[in-house]
This record gives sequence, C-alpha cells and structure tokens, in this order.
Amino acid sequence: MADSRYNFSLTTFDKSGRLGQIDHALKAVENGDTTLGIRAGNGVVLATKKVLATTLVDEASVQQIAIIADHVGIAYAGMGPDFRVLVKHGQKIAQKYKRTYGEPIPVLELVRGVARTMQEFTQSGGVRPFGVSLLVAGWDQVEGPSLYQVDPSGTYFGWKASAVGKEQAAAKAFLEKRFDDDMDVDDAVHTSIMTLREGFEGEVTASNIEIAMAVPDESCPAGGRFMVLPVAEVGDYLDEGE
Amino acid sequence: MSSPTEINGAACIAMVGKGCVGIAADTRLGMQAMTVGTDFQKIFKMHDRLYVGLPGLATDVHTISATMRFKLNLFKLREERDIEPKAFSTLISNTLYEKRFAPWFVEPVVAGLDKDGAPFISAMDLIGAECFAKDFVVSGTCPDNMYGMCESMYKPDQEPEALFETLAQCLLSAVDRDAISGWGGIVHIITADGVTSRRLRGRPD
Repeated sequence: MADSRYNFSLTTFDKSGRLGQIDHALKAVENGDTTLGIRAGNGVVLATKKVLATTLVDEASVQQIAIIADHVGIAYAGMGPDFRVLVKHGQKIAQKYKRTYGEPIPVLELVRGVARTMQEFTQSGGVRPFGVSLLVAGWDQVEGPSLYQVDPSGTYFGWKASAVGKEQAAAKAFLEKRFDDDMDVDDAVHTSIMTLREGFEGEVTASNIEIAMAVPDESCPAGGRFMVLPVAEVGDYLDEGE
Repeated sequence: MSSPTEINGAACIAMVGKGCVGIAADTRLGMQAMTVGTDFQKIFKMHDRLYVGLPGLATDVHTISATMRFKLNLFKLREERDIEPKAFSTLISNTLYEKRFAPWFVEPVVAGLDKDGAPFISAMDLIGAECFAKDFVVSGTCPDNMYGMCESMYKPDQEPEALFETLAQCLLSAVDRDAISGWGGIVHIITADGVTSRRLRGRPD
C-alpha cells in the first residue's frame, strides 16, 4: 500500500467525517442499471436490466452477470469496466482457494476477498474507489444458498433479497413486500422479473434483461452450480409470467 | 550418512474402520543407532476429528506441525469452521511441494472423519505426492514391515476396539524388525463421539 514516500490518496475525511470519494462512488452506482438478487430456499437468483445507449447496440454482446467459479457468480450496478477488473480478481481468488485446499471456495470467502480489494482501493495512493456495487450469488457446502452485496467502501452484507442501481430504493421496497421465506427459485425469478418491470421504461423482453441463478447440483463439488440463463429460457419465464 | 528421513527413525500407520479411523506411531527418537528419547511425539491433533502423523526428520516434524497449526488457526478464524480432512491433505501436500527442491524431510499421514462422519486417510512423500487408500496407509523407516503386517491383519469395517487392536499389533510387530523405530507407541482411534488415545509398551531395544 505505502509503495512511495508520499501519499497520493484522494480519499480523505472531510470535516463532517465523510469520505467524499466513497459517496461519489455510491452515486456512480446509483446511476447504474438496476440489478437485484433474491435468495430462495432452493437457490439464488440474480437479475439485471440492460439499458443500452441506442437500439443499434447488439444486446447479446452486453453481459452484466459474470461467472466467478462453477458455483458463484456476480452482477453489478455502476461502471462496467470497474466490474470487469473485480471479476478477474474474483476468479483468481476462487482458483487460488481451489489450488490450496482442493475444494471450491465458500461464497463468503470470495466475498471477503473481493471486499478486501475494494477496501484497499479506498486507502491506497494513486487509485480511486471502484464505481460498483456487487451482488454475489452462489451455493456452497458450508451455507447452501448465499447472497451478498459488496459496496465501493468494501462493506459487505448478506441478504435475503437486495437491489442496487438506479431504482434500488423502489426495488428494495418492492422486494420487502414480495419476499417470502418459502419461495422457490421459480418464484424468485418471477418476483425479480416483476421487480425489474416496476421501473422499466418500455417493455421487458428476453434480451433486455439478464437472469442468472445458483441452484443445488449434487454432481458439483460445491453442491450447487451457477448459471446465466440463455435468452430462450428467460423468454420462457416471461411467457409463464403472463 | 543415510537419508535425512532415516536419521531419527519413525513408524506411522493410519487405518480405516467402521465409522472410525485410527492412527498409530512409535515414540522413539534416535540419532542413527543411538536412542536419545522414548517419548517423542509424531502424531498431532489438528482438530477434534483430524490427526496428522509426521514421521521423518525430528526438526522438521516440529516445524511442519507448527506450520500446519499456524495455517489451521488462521483458517479457523477466517472461515469459522474446522477444515475437512481432504482439504487438509491438499493443504499439507501444497506446503511440502512449495519446498520441492529443498524439502522438509517428513512423510505425513493424515487421518480424520469428514463433516458427514466418513473416514478419510491419506499419506504422502516428502514433496507432497498424495496417496489415498480405502483401507490403510503407512509411512516411516519400516514401510515394508508395516505393509506386510497391515496386509495380513486388516479387515474391513472393524469397530473402534478391534481397530485399536489391529493397529497396535501391526505397529508393534513392524517396529520389532526395524532397528531405528519402536520403543513404544501411541494409538488414537477417532470416532464421531470422540477420540480414545492409548499408549503402547514395546520392546525396549
């Protein structure tokens, strides 16, 4: 961290005890596309919408949910390029764990690793905090289904359901009403589609939202696997909901 | 001078029973043919259902047991759980291979029950090449003797008491034909309900 004799950190406390850079990073998150996660009894769902600059962009080339390991994936709200840095970092943490212990990384361990990097970027010189909040979803042998959120400050929380991005407040309020401990994954997918619809300008289609899930799978060493749904399957869920 | 793994002398066996595992080692510490200690610890408790035997060069036995203790203490603080035997075996294997070209002279034996109570045993050489078995593993300065004893005495699905008896006989008979291991032994039987440890008296020669 202290590589040089000088400190070039831009993250300094102001007189009221706040860190301006982190507040600004959270603003960047709030400008991002809404992303939400729901933890059901038999799986975890991540859903995000893709708001593209023009209709000319090929929607299939935009991927907002990334796979970290067979059993974990993350979605984000905020700056895409910052997200990709954290994805690579997370993938490396997961593989290092597997190399060391020969078993898949527990989701919480991955969350801690990524959160630690995000924290370091609030205290190091010559860097800025990450402009993203992450939703980490996975399934492991220790806890089963898990959903975590990591913020630019490096804070992390476990959630039953959460949302980040432009409509996070409205989406969280909606989820509070809709969340139910007895939900299964299919219910969670439908609820997440409904939540995304709430604040959507225009129509929700299979190609302008992205859905991923962590579900149990005995054939995987982690006891579960993470997958991003193909467009066709997202379409099936949309049809069912109507 | 002989190989560093054969200076101090050691014998260690792990064996699987029915819902239990046992691990046994001798207690001699020698400097080649001269016996300098008869209560040298070669088996270390990693947690309630995981033990590791470290036959080899005595100084490295101390170092590796302390290093693994250190790693597991941090693991437990981080993950708030006990490590699984399989993961521990991988961890110690990697620890040894890190020193591929200037190795620690220990050839560990791992014995434990996993979180579902299933027995796990493994053994490895001094650079961490793991060897998994369903029945028994051996390591030390008289592996041929131990293999011979285990191959003729082992029975599948032994209850803890029978497993103790088999292990004790295998160990004592094996070390009787090895000049640099023996002088008594210790046997730990690990079950889901707890561990019973018994000291063995061997031939004092």
